[in-house]
Amino acid sequence: MSMILRNSLRNRLRSVLTILSFAASLCLMGLLAALANAMFLREATPEQALRLIVRNRVSLANPIQRSYQDKIRQVPGVKEVIIFQWFGGTYKDSGDPKNIFARFAVQPLGLFTVYPEYRIPEDQRKAFQQERTACIVGRKTAERHGMKIGDRMTLVGDIFPVTLELTVRGIFDSPRDNESLYFHYDYLNEGLKEARDIVSTFVILGESAEAMATIPKAVDNTFRNAPLQTKTETERAFELSFLGFLGNVKVFMGVIFGAVTFAILLVSANTMAISVRERIREVGILKTLGFTRGSIMGMILGESAVISLIGGGIGLGLAHLICAALRQQPSTFFNMQDIVIPPLLGLACLAIAATIGVASSAAPAWSASRKPIVEALRFTD
Amino acid sequence: MAIPLAYNLRNLTERKTTTIMTALGIALTVAVLLSVAALAEGLRTSLAATGHPLNLLVMRKGATAELNSLMTRQQFQTIKSKSGIVRGKDGEPLASLEVVTVIVLESHDNVDMYITVRGITPAGWEIRDGVRVMEGRRFQPGRREAVVGKGIVKRYPAARLGGKLNFGRGDWDVVGVLDAGMSASNGEVFVDLNQLASDQRRDEALSSVLLRVNDEVALQALKNDLTTDRRFTLDAVTEKGYYENQTSAGAPLVAIGGLASLFMAVGSSFAAMNTMYAAVARRSAEIGTLRVLGFSRSSILASFLIESVLLSLLGGIIGCLLVLPLNNLATGIGSFVTFSEITFNFAVTPVIMSAGIAFALLLGSMGGLFPAASAARKQILTALRSV
Repeated sequence: MSMILRNSLRNRLRSVLTILSFAASLCLMGLLAALANAMFLREATPEQALRLIVRNRVSLANPIQRSYQDKIRQVPGVKEVIIFQWFGGTYKDSGDPKNIFARFAVQPLGLFTVYPEYRIPEDQRKAFQQERTACIVGRKTAERHGMKIGDRMTLVGDIFPVTLELTVRGIFDSPRDNESLYFHYDYLNEGLKEARDIVSTFVILGESAEAMATIPKAVDNTFRNAPLQTKTETERAFELSFLGFLGNVKVFMGVIFGAVTFAILLVSANTMAISVRERIREVGILKTLGFTRGSIMGMILGESAVISLIGGGIGLGLAHLICAALRQQPSTFFNMQDIVIPPLLGLACLAIAATIGVASSAAPAWSASRKPIVEALRFTD
Repeated sequence: MAIPLAYNLRNLTERKTTTIMTALGIALTVAVLLSVAALAEGLRTSLAATGHPLNLLVMRKGATAELNSLMTRQQFQTIKSKSGIVRGKDGEPLASLEVVTVIVLESHDNVDMYITVRGITPAGWEIRDGVRVMEGRRFQPGRREAVVGKGIVKRYPAARLGGKLNFGRGDWDVVGVLDAGMSASNGEVFVDLNQLASDQRRDEALSSVLLRVNDEVALQALKNDLTTDRRFTLDAVTEKGYYENQTSAGAPLVAIGGLASLFMAVGSSFAAMNTMYAAVARRSAEIGTLRVLGFSRSSILASFLIESVLLSLLGGIIGCLLVLPLNNLATGIGSFVTFSEITFNFAVTPVIMSAGIAFALLLGSMGGLFPAASAARKQILTALRSV
């Protein structure tokens, strides 16, 4: 064992270079894993599991009618349904990414029933629900902009041709979404001259897990013969379909992952081949001293495993730090809170690294250990 | 005096496996970088090729895209009566009232994608003079017929000639395939304006007006006129500008790919460094001999640097060959501006390939610099003595 460590330290420069090269690759693999987690792998949260999104069957860009709400409410298993209208718009200067956060027009009375994970002081909740022009913002956005309760703000619409004057009446905390802004749908609707009473999405809260299986069909059947048909799916499925929009990201990330894996395989195989070749005479000496082939193979393989694991560990650690920094950034297509390397995937990456390290040194180690002593001793690279 | 290049070439061929493995590592890095660049370039050329420089797109003020714009027939008549608009074949001002919506098509890998459907009149065909029907024919006004962009046909089996598209209140027959050159219209479906408007129940609430002006001067004048006219709240942008603005749709993919190639570059330049250090160590005695023969330190430095650069050149060339099959491959990307997909082809241009090779050379020279310097620093005697 101590031979393995000593040997890895022998050509320090090379070991350091190999370790760094492993670290760079594993850091990238870790980041890709974290990204995949945030986008595709993450499981629905318990609160999410009880929510469904209703939208126009054709696409998110086509609206449905507000009057659908009452019919949805009558569907068995539906505990609550609220309008959840994306507003978009611009706050101050949209060129600054800080000013880009989600803004929704909702029905404040049902909001906290459908989203039980939103925590807000009782008086703030009441103040928000009672005042037509009130809004609430997530803690993160509030802190980023230094917003206080009572502050006024202006949102200029893009999809909707209105300008809204809002007053911050509450700041909420939630385990996941701390960035959105919510205001009264009625306030938005009153300001519209045309295209009133249209909605792009409703959010349903189901009574139980069993009800979740039947509600989507029941809702969509209700509007099957209506001019605007609906599509009802779980909140998580809705998020995933939204991501499908970015293009074929999954394939793209998969290809990069494959390329990186193959690249470190090359690096590692190359380094080990060089390092074994340099040492063939030594192998001869070890053999004369009585070391068996097996222990020589083990030594070389071990050295390679140690180097790849150290490099991999450094890389993943670095990726972890980068993820932590990314979590402080404003969310875009997915919740930044989800940028975490899943432990299992992290371990899998390390395992891939170690396997590559060992596998790539297997061939040179094998041939070195097989070399007859005399030939090995005579070998002068 | 310089050491002959043949010396480096021989050295590289002498250790084939090491050379090939290092070069492949560099090649992969270059390939990742190039595929991202080809994607960005394809998107950019497609969007830059869309639109006539003298076309103006008129939308509701504040609308970010045709999709969330609103235009009435009355507004259209007023716009049409403005001066500076080119006369069409029928002697009327060349202005096209259009209605734009988005539908979902299922691609062959079962991913729903959003496609723009555009309702147009004969003026809409006339103003898009770069668009021609390559297969089949144009739709007939008053019928539920559709002409589909060639970029869509490649990716969505349902949209082929003779097929049916189901959206709105029923099926639409695909009667033609259109070829719009490089432009983004390749990713759209064209149907009759009135059919689509009534299908969507928006006979009076249409989307936008595209019109052709006489010249640059008229363009500016009309743009100002429309934007400041208080009777209706409208905004006019050049068609080119509108599409160029959508290039940002590729940003997320480009960011991921750019990050990946950066990390891979770090990894593979360390690998190149490793290879070159090993080469220097192995050839200690040779270096000593070269010095005895009278080659200067600087020519040894240059020689090893050249060897590393040659190695990376090989990697760069392999990298280019790896991405070459991507050229002209049809792909699509979602745009949050139009809420639909922009279809375009990967473009592996000579510029991109030379940039890739330059990137490889940079990696090689960074990886080779330190080892070459250490070779040049060697003392003659110690170098000669080492085995």
